Amino acid sequence: MPITSPISSAPATKDWVPAAKVGVWAVLLAPIAILADRIFLFGQFTGGDFVDDPVELIQHWTGTASMIVLLLTLAITPFRLLSGINKVQRFRRLLGLFSFLYASLHVFSYFIFDQRMQLGPIAEDVLERNWILVGFLAWVLLIPLAVTSTSGWIRRMGGKRWNRLHKLIYPAGGLIVLHFLWQTKVLETEPLVYTAVLLVLFIARWWVRR
Amino acid sequence: MARSNHPHPSEVTPESIYLNRRAFIKRAAAAGIGGTLVAGGVWARQKDAPRVEGTSDDELTPWETVTGYNNFYEFGTGKSDPKRNAQNFRTDPWSIEVTGEVSEERTFALDELMDGLTVDERIYRMRCVEGWSMVIPWNGIMLKDLIERLGPTEEANYVEFTTLLDRRQMPGQNSPILPWPYVEALRMDEALHPLTILATGVYGKDLPPQNGAPIRLVVPWKYGFKGAKSIVRIRFTKRQPRTTWNEAIPREYGFYANVNPNVDHPRWSQATERRLGEFFRRDTLMFNGYDEVAPLYEGMDLARYY
Repeated sequence: MPITSPISSAPATKDWVPAAKVGVWAVLLAPIAILADRIFLFGQFTGGDFVDDPVELIQHWTGTASMIVLLLTLAITPFRLLSGINKVQRFRRLLGLFSFLYASLHVFSYFIFDQRMQLGPIAEDVLERNWILVGFLAWVLLIPLAVTSTSGWIRRMGGKRWNRLHKLIYPAGGLIVLHFLWQTKVLETEPLVYTAVLLVLFIARWWVRR
Repeated sequence: MARSNHPHPSEVTPESIYLNRRAFIKRAAAAGIGGTLVAGGVWARQKDAPRVEGTSDDELTPWETVTGYNNFYEFGTGKSDPKRNAQNFRTDPWSIEVTGEVSEERTFALDELMDGLTVDERIYRMRCVEGWSMVIPWNGIMLKDLIERLGPTEEANYVEFTTLLDRRQMPGQNSPILPWPYVEALRMDEALHPLTILATGVYGKDLPPQNGAPIRLVVPWKYGFKGAKSIVRIRFTKRQPRTTWNEAIPREYGFYANVNPNVDHPRWSQATERRLGEFFRRDTLMFNGYDEVAPLYEGMDLARYY
């Protein structure tokens, strides 16, 4: 039985979640569509400048998308507790999985285009370079979360253990932001903004649960 | 300072380039992008690009990329910032101060300095320390010719180049990301090498501001950051000058900055590079493939003098 939120307890209105999910899917897939248009169709539909370095664009967009969607995933619970709109909880898995999808596209574009899938150089690069290691670890941490995201796994693991496992999203978030901070040549504003958002979300969780 | 109302030549996109771009896009679409991808990732080709014998056999990087993807932190740290922020940059009048260990210290108008020197086209590979590369058709003079005209003293062992410091025109200089103004330098034998040029043009046109107008250094066997842009001062020195990136992060950027696939940047490998427009990385060549400069560094430990 779904728990009715105290705010939306008006006589059984239509469930808006399925319709909203269609929109959320569209928004989450948009970066891929825009990337494809800009790289292969020269921005015929979405415009934008001439793409000088398609791989850099792919990596920047997939990395940024993964990070933003992960931050949104982390924002769901504080938002639910602050707003009382309990239904937002039903978007959390979708967001988390999309964050993992973009992280995987990001990591595989590096494996394929930068390293031509050669395991030796990949291992060497990942182990030698802190910022790559940090990004790689973030992706590795997300793998068990994606795998155990189904209802079946929640049942099998039991809510408590499942919850404990899924706390891995916090270190993953921290590592992703660190990965972004670390790869710039000089300190830039954009990664600092994401760091600040992550800190605000951590503080918000602590605040609402206090 | 009053700004003139009529557009500077560099603000107007020449029609030929505009038309070329349209043609290129059509051609790329007609050629079938899928096929090109499978063929190994050469993506943005310009088939009928001009070529100069004896310089470089590589495909030229398209004009859009050469003039739209730039590291010129004086105009912002993003690759497309310089093109956006440099369009009103004033390069006329322009003068260059020549100072230090030189027969006569004085300031020259740019035209006066260049007068009578031969401007050639040179197609050079440009390897950025960040791991990407381009192939650029520069127009410029041999630095050697200019140095011979200026007449440095016996004491001159290095040449230093300083970029304009103008916080009003160069918004990036308002943030303390680097110690401004930008300074680069070469050892005298490097400066006198016939490959070293001062570029005043690209693709046969005046250098656009985002590429370092009106005059910039190009040293094709070194990482791109050695190429000081919008030069206002040339100083001959006895001792090795301090240089900007080396001063900012000495562990990552050396004075020599020779392209070297065997000496990694502390944060990334320098063994491979991505030619802009291609999908897969290619091997980086020692001295960026300009082996003729190897004698300059004979007996030097290039891992120590990176």
